[in-house]
Amino acid sequence: MDIPILKIEDFLVVTIQSELSDDEIYALQEDILSRIKDVGATGLIIDITALDIVDSFMGRTLSNIAATAELLGAKSVVVGIRPAVAVTLVELGIRVKWNVNTALNLERGIKLLKRLIEAERRGGAS
Amino acid sequence: MNITSSADIIAARGKGRELAMKMGFSVVDQTKITTAISELTRNIVTYAGKGEVIIKKAESETGGKNGIVVVCRDEGPGIEDIQLVLKSGFSTSESLGLGLSGAKQLMDEFEIKSKPGKGTIVTIKKWLRRR
Ligand SMILES: Nc1ncnc2c1ncn2[C@@H]1O[C@H](COP(=O)(O)OP(=O)(O)OP(=O)(O)O)[C@@H](O)[C@H]1O
Ligand SMILES: [Mg+2]
Repeated sequence: MDIPILKIEDFLVVTIQSELSDDEIYALQEDILSRIKDVGATGLIIDITALDIVDSFMGRTLSNIAATAELLGAKSVVVGIRPAVAVTLVELGIRVKWNVNTALNLERGIKLLKRLIEAERRGGAS
Repeated sequence: MNITSSADIIAARGKGRELAMKMGFSVVDQTKITTAISELTRNIVTYAGKGEVIIKKAESETGGKNGIVVVCRDEGPGIEDIQLVLKSGFSTSESLGLGLSGAKQLMDEFEIKSKPGKGTIVTIKKWLRRR
């Protein structure tokens, strides 16, 4: 399966369009990380609006992608978590170990990315 | 249905979602049931390599209550200390350790039987809320 990775300014936007098998998830992870490096992206948005379930495996993978992207110099935001998925993730207990920034939708995700990058730039200057 | 691969996990989730939807569970409950199925079937693939899942309608013993029951069974290595693996965050695979504790939290009933060297059976149920 080919998952499109779009470039908007210095950000990459990945839209997951259907449920993914583990292999597809791993392939996507590799794709995203090599694209970040290739284009020198400073931000990454993963849109999971299409996912009607996020289990602990998918949750962990999203968290891993964000952590690795950070090492490559890109901030990450996951957008489009459905309400029912959010309720389930909380009951699953994922928050304790989840270092993932989230935003309601793409537009707010981009705003959040810009804020995160700006905050770091200022932090780094002082 | 047999569970041996990640494609089977997706198929089992689909089956659970379909039945839950047909029975009139809310979207939130459908999502909880589907997620619990995903966690338990993934444990089968990860720890036992193969096993099976049964997903069907359930009726409470006293009658009156309808729901869904999911039985996940494998003949894998089994579990030594059940109390320990039920603790949120415990994992022998450097994972998050959320599967069993999460499935318990997401469902109304949760039962696990396991014998080291023999295998594991996890049974979970969710009841339809009467309105
Ligand atoms: N079917 C099984 N057979 C043997 N051992 C199991 C089985 N299911 C779970 N376990 C044991 O119980 C532990 C906890 O399982 P649980 O699903 O809660 O967490 P995990 O699989 O380690 O991590 P996560 O599910 O968050 O990715 C596992 O690490 C494993 O040791
Ligand atoms: Mg698990």
